[in-house]
Amino acid sequence: MFTTVLQNLFNALQWGSFYSMIALGYCLVYGVLRLINFAHGDIFMMACYFAFFIATFFLSIFLGLPGPVIFVITLFLTIMVTAGLGVFIERVAYRPLRKKGAHRLYVVITALMLGFILENGNLAVLGASSRRFPDMIDKVIISFGGVNLTNLKIIVILSSIVVFFILNLIVNKTKIGMAMRAISYDKFAIPLMGIPVNKVITFTFALGSGLAAVAGILFGMSYPVLDPYMGMIIGWKAFIAAVVGGIGDIKGAFLGGFILGFIEIIVVAFFPSSYKDLIAFVILLLILTIKPTGFFGVAKSTKI
Amino acid sequence: MSTTATIKTKKEMNLWPLALFIGGGIIIALGATGSINKYIQTVIMFIGINVILSASLNVVNGYMGEFSCGHGGFMLVGAYVSSILSVLLFTNSKWLGHPILPPSTAVFLFPVIIIIGGLVAAVAGLLVAIPSFKTRDDYLAIITIAANFIFVSLVNNLEFVGGSRGFMGMKGTVFAMEDVFKAPYMLFWTLTFCSLAVFLIKRLMRSTFGKGISAIRYDEISAEIMSVNTNHMKLVAFMFSSGLAGIAGGLFAHVMGFINPASFSIMKSTEALVMVYLGGMGSLSGSVLSAIIFTILLEAMRPLQILKWVLIPLMLILLMQFRPEGLMGNKELTDKFPRLKRFFTRSSM
Repeated sequence: MFTTVLQNLFNALQWGSFYSMIALGYCLVYGVLRLINFAHGDIFMMACYFAFFIATFFLSIFLGLPGPVIFVITLFLTIMVTAGLGVFIERVAYRPLRKKGAHRLYVVITALMLGFILENGNLAVLGASSRRFPDMIDKVIISFGGVNLTNLKIIVILSSIVVFFILNLIVNKTKIGMAMRAISYDKFAIPLMGIPVNKVITFTFALGSGLAAVAGILFGMSYPVLDPYMGMIIGWKAFIAAVVGGIGDIKGAFLGGFILGFIEIIVVAFFPSSYKDLIAFVILLLILTIKPTGFFGVAKSTKI
Repeated sequence: MSTTATIKTKKEMNLWPLALFIGGGIIIALGATGSINKYIQTVIMFIGINVILSASLNVVNGYMGEFSCGHGGFMLVGAYVSSILSVLLFTNSKWLGHPILPPSTAVFLFPVIIIIGGLVAAVAGLLVAIPSFKTRDDYLAIITIAANFIFVSLVNNLEFVGGSRGFMGMKGTVFAMEDVFKAPYMLFWTLTFCSLAVFLIKRLMRSTFGKGISAIRYDEISAEIMSVNTNHMKLVAFMFSSGLAGIAGGLFAHVMGFINPASFSIMKSTEALVMVYLGGMGSLSGSVLSAIIFTILLEAMRPLQILKWVLIPLMLILLMQFRPEGLMGNKELTDKFPRLKRFFTRSSM
């Protein structure tokens, strides 16, 4: 009994790690721009595909290289490419709208449409056949007291925690993090203080997309079948998770991802797995109805 | 004031119901004689359904200024309720047995079934309406998304309506109606419900009540100070909107003859959202126009297959860049072309 609980605990931690890393990306952009970046789930999907191509390329070119080295190279390159994609989207789609002072909801619609373009463009270019992610790291199963852990599971959980602490450091301790918080605090006074708003926003998008890239590689390695619509559902869910934790606060988004992961794993442990979405969303809806701002969210004061 | 009003109504005959009757009558007559083929009829029916969807979502997203993105969920509720009723009452199916009522009564009872589906969807709208008392903006948007997911996964798990495999047999009702008297019933009812929905929304938004709903968009707190009962307004607006979505769902189910939960997923809600923002928030004629354009565009680009879903979002992004307020902004067709006013409005305003 105890081992089952422990086993499920680790499963939930792994599953929650993915949600957390994606939710952190949502949260960064939302925190700075008050923009629900609905394309973020699809940026995560694109990261999976980038990682797939980069890893396959390096595995076929440098046959002699050990797996971990290729993993590090892939990680680095994928983060770069995905961050580039995020910045590109920001420059092409969001910034012109922001300059014109368009209603916030139109930016959201643009984000939704970008998601469609990424999904279906991918499908149109690469075809409908789903791809298998290559193995970069040999699976090692570590078992203690009847609990089985793969090394990958430990890497996923650890990297989500590391990513969170690095992000926390950037947002709270560095100058650019201070600028990010300042923009979310007052959008109009900040340019007067000599803060380059557009540069900070570009950095935010790069950071958020980089997080999605980390999540994408690890997801591809843990669940190796890729398809173009994989980012959509996981993205929406991660966003809901971010809101439950309290969006606009990275602690909240991080915690929210784990809450959703735990709920889903617990539901799967006791019910048929098709009830996963139903029960998870009912619980989330109840949490949001009782505490609308989420666990860590601060209610925005309304001014007349 | 009242005298001028009466004089004006006498002078300017209210032409638009007449125009609607004639236009709809021509389409139905053409459908009955077979002058327009089944495909074009289906496209016209989809236009009608999409007009209901976008106009009803506009009540919440446009006039009330909330951001609801779970419209597909309410459509699902309406579609399943009316389909189950129609299969149960009028047709001979495997798992619901013999028809309870004589199938010929479907001719009269079909609209009743659709409306019941709408009513149940309106009750389902409470799931979103009640949290909306406390929350706004993005938090409410999340609640609507969650509601959509809940409805879809609920039906996925209901084995007795087919689960994720879907539910069919609604064509039987349509055939039962055609056995009595051969006519394009679905075309007729789709156009009727569509014009009824647009008419109702127009009247609602013109009324004092509708002005209260608009007041929430401008400033909720000030509206409350001005003695607008905001909770009541929100409740009615959400239930009204989701009820109409349920009616659209019931019609959709009977036009298609087959429904499954996946066809009412967040994708459907996104389509409805796109239609509203393409037309312009808070513009009824805008959302009617955009529903027509969007449906025709989707059909015209069908040969492009998957590229369609790259090009349409691209076009919308360009539209947002160059005309962010949508086709109509928050104006009506009659504001842009004042001469049309003669035909479309009565004395008031």
